[in-house]
Amino acid sequence: MTNKKYDYLVKKHTPKEDKVKYALIAFLVGGFLGLLGESLIRVYIMLFDISRNDASTYMIVTFIFFASLFTALGFFDKWVSKVKAGLLIPITGFAHSMMSAALDYKHEGPIYGIGSNVFKLAGSVIFYGVVSAWFFGLVRYLWEVLV
Amino acid sequence: MYFINSFLFCGLVCLIAELILDNTKLTPGHITAMFVVIGAGLDAFGIYDFFISKVGGGALLPITSFGHSLIHGALLAAESQGIIGLLMGMFDLTATGITAAIIFTFVFTLIFKAKD
Repeated sequence: MTNKKYDYLVKKHTPKEDKVKYALIAFLVGGFLGLLGESLIRVYIMLFDISRNDASTYMIVTFIFFASLFTALGFFDKWVSKVKAGLLIPITGFAHSMMSAALDYKHEGPIYGIGSNVFKLAGSVIFYGVVSAWFFGLVRYLWEVLV
Repeated sequence: MYFINSFLFCGLVCLIAELILDNTKLTPGHITAMFVVIGAGLDAFGIYDFFISKVGGGALLPITSFGHSLIHGALLAAESQGIIGLLMGMFDLTATGITAAIIFTFVFTLIFKAKD
């Protein structure tokens, strides 16, 4: 059997992923999280009588807390494998990646296990975020100074 | 209006990410890193601030707002400190999120074990 034929057969028998369904799920779950975030901000403003900026910070911390907790309890992984982008793109994905990396490497000890692996996935976000923010910030700053 | 916009904006960002994920070979790691860069780039021209003023909480939740917060803090510090402010203020606004994530991760890792 030639490689081409083999590839064809593999393609024929892999289950077809329903891309429209996945996209719709991601949209709905992501949208629901956005709605929840806005609602939480309103609730915090009413409860603690704080500014909108402070309430936004509280909201982010709340999301990080629950994403970490649910990942630690074990069922967030199942949700992520079903919903994918809907849970990975909001800040919950950031917390989830740190928490799951820490749990996965716990058996290698506190220093070389947890400490050095906790940013294994989230590190790229921080690294490229800082690099791009520095670059764009420099461009913007020079633009304002020179022009 | 904030509620509807939050739903639509956050949903749309996730939808775009899901489409990229399903139709290309990029992994979630590539996409989150890419979105952070996009968020920082959009804020350099004040576009992301416009989104936040119209959308509210829904624009703060996607990872794009992480890039936005990084550059926002850097530019705020640069206004008062000069060019060194870009380095001093980089983590001003994101410090809460990163620190909270580290603390929660530490505490929960002590308590819980990995499943299977």
